[in-house]
Amino acid sequence: MTFLTQLLNGLQLGSIYALVALGYTMVYGIILLLNFAHGDIIMVGAYISWIVMAKLGMSPALAVVLSVAGCTLLGVLIDKVAYAPLRNAPRLSILITAIGVSYFLENGAQLVFGADAKVVPAFISTSTIKVGGVSLSLNAIITIIVTAVCTVVLQLLVQKTKLGKAMRAVSEDMGAARLMGINVNTTISFTFALGSALAGIGAVLYSMAYSQATPTMGIMLGTKAFVAAVLGGIGSIPGAVIGGLLVGFAEVFVSALGLSVWKDAVVFLLLIIVLVVKPTGILGRTMNEKV
Amino acid sequence: MSSETKQKRRPVIVQMESPNLIPERDLGQIPVLEAKHIGIDFGGLTAVDDFNIAMGRTEISGLIGPNGAGKTTIFNLLTNVYKPTRGTILVDGYDTAGMSITQVNKLGIARTFQNIRLFSQMTVAQNILVGFGNSMSTHLVTDMLRFPKHWKQEREYRDKAMDLLGIFDMQRFADTKAGNLPYGAQRRLEILRALATHPKVLLLDEPAAGMNPNETEELMDNILKIRDEFQIAILLIEHDMSLVMGVCEVVGVLNYGKIIAKGTPEEIQRDPKVIEAYLGKQGVK
Ligand SMILES: Nc1ncnc2c1ncn2[C@@H]1O[C@H](COP(=O)(O)OP(=O)(O)OP(=O)(O)O)[C@@H](O)[C@H]1O
Ligand SMILES: [Mg+2]
Repeated sequence: MTFLTQLLNGLQLGSIYALVALGYTMVYGIILLLNFAHGDIIMVGAYISWIVMAKLGMSPALAVVLSVAGCTLLGVLIDKVAYAPLRNAPRLSILITAIGVSYFLENGAQLVFGADAKVVPAFISTSTIKVGGVSLSLNAIITIIVTAVCTVVLQLLVQKTKLGKAMRAVSEDMGAARLMGINVNTTISFTFALGSALAGIGAVLYSMAYSQATPTMGIMLGTKAFVAAVLGGIGSIPGAVIGGLLVGFAEVFVSALGLSVWKDAVVFLLLIIVLVVKPTGILGRTMNEKV
Repeated sequence: MSSETKQKRRPVIVQMESPNLIPERDLGQIPVLEAKHIGIDFGGLTAVDDFNIAMGRTEISGLIGPNGAGKTTIFNLLTNVYKPTRGTILVDGYDTAGMSITQVNKLGIARTFQNIRLFSQMTVAQNILVGFGNSMSTHLVTDMLRFPKHWKQEREYRDKAMDLLGIFDMQRFADTKAGNLPYGAQRRLEILRALATHPKVLLLDEPAAGMNPNETEELMDNILKIRDEFQIAILLIEHDMSLVMGVCEVVGVLNYGKIIAKGTPEEIQRDPKVIEAYLGKQGVK
């Protein structure tokens, strides 16, 4: 029974990491950028939920819609304003820019909302459901189902749609893709939109679980999700999901053993071990870097 | 293999405004591809200098020359991958200066690569569908919101992709990962992917490289077939003389970035400058 609860907790946390890791992995896959601002997009999403529900007293459904839409727009906007002008610049320039955007968002949020944590109201009123005498967290179940659905939809988008194919083509060989008539800018915007929409969903799910918005909440969440993406093999979509779940399980089980102070350390240890054994991550393949 | 001719009848080649040659049958229309005095410098190195070409709409031309002569660089110039230091490029009459690579492709230039650059993690059919991309009508929003309509179109294009694969008898490979194809098949797939973008000019960079004589022979037939069926112009770079002499109507010889001779395959084979610069070294088979 407690095992089932822990399993559910692991899946819940892992699902959130997976959603965030997908954003890292897709953006890296297409423009080889570690988008340091990605975690902060989630923070903005959490604040949007807080504003909509706590400040404006509107419905949780609207909070979900506006958080996801807000994150999507923000992600595309960051790319257009900060990254797109540097497309042909050395990779280090764009990396530093990403760090700058991250600081900008964190400090911007602190300026606007203050440093103290805001309490995001509950999205749903009932918190547990009983299944065969065992009460399970409804939040956890919703999180797991939403993540599973998102993963399937994403996989369909990437495998089946024209833009999905363009995305994969650009990530394999941007130069050849251009020569085949693919509009690379649209494709990159689409990638940012997808990744940031998932971050928005992640923001809602995270707020459901932890009910808090702080200016720096994206840092650790982002770092863990980034670790998940690298674990799974950065650039690989199934890899991000596997990595996310692994990190989630590792944390929950370490905590369940009463060693919760060690949970972050264990996550990074896991990263080190995987990278020593398989430097490209679990499902990673060597990236061909040509221009 | 002898350089026995594959073209059924040798076309009449006429001298255009010097130094360009064009098949007589294409004379009524503007050249589909024209380069005027183009050149490019890399630092101190002049990789290509004063290159001129005018391609008739159904012409098959060859570009030969020793390694490092600048052949691939010319393809990179014609496709806007490199911006020319000097000169003008017209595709279908439009000056491509300032255009993006994608725009130039949409104007009608498609190419293959000397070192194969397929999307190797994608399937054979998907590679072709990527090529079809610019003629498919869906956009970001409709793609996401109108799945049924989208999937209907996707099926139509899959059928078209199968038709294209039929040219090289490759339908059975449709769902194979492109990277797992045999080498010769990868080269053929690159040609089909380029054709899927509906080009008016097809640029082939060493299409026979790594092919065995049988495959090369087949490729020659197929190059002619593609030209006849799609009514497009083809410019190819090739070291295999049997192929060049067999299918090309006009051949240009490049040495150290400059065209040193231009003419029909027969004229080129007889040209002492060519024999000295190129054929002398590599030998004619
Ligand atoms: N981006 C570049 N920067 C600097 N030099 C270049 C660049 N691209 C090509 N060159 C130089 O231009 C010259 C011509 O190269 P190119 O690849 O066009 O030769 P090629 O005729 O295609 O040769 P091969 O038959 O070996 O393919 C070479 O000296 C090459 O080093
Ligand atoms: Mg070359």
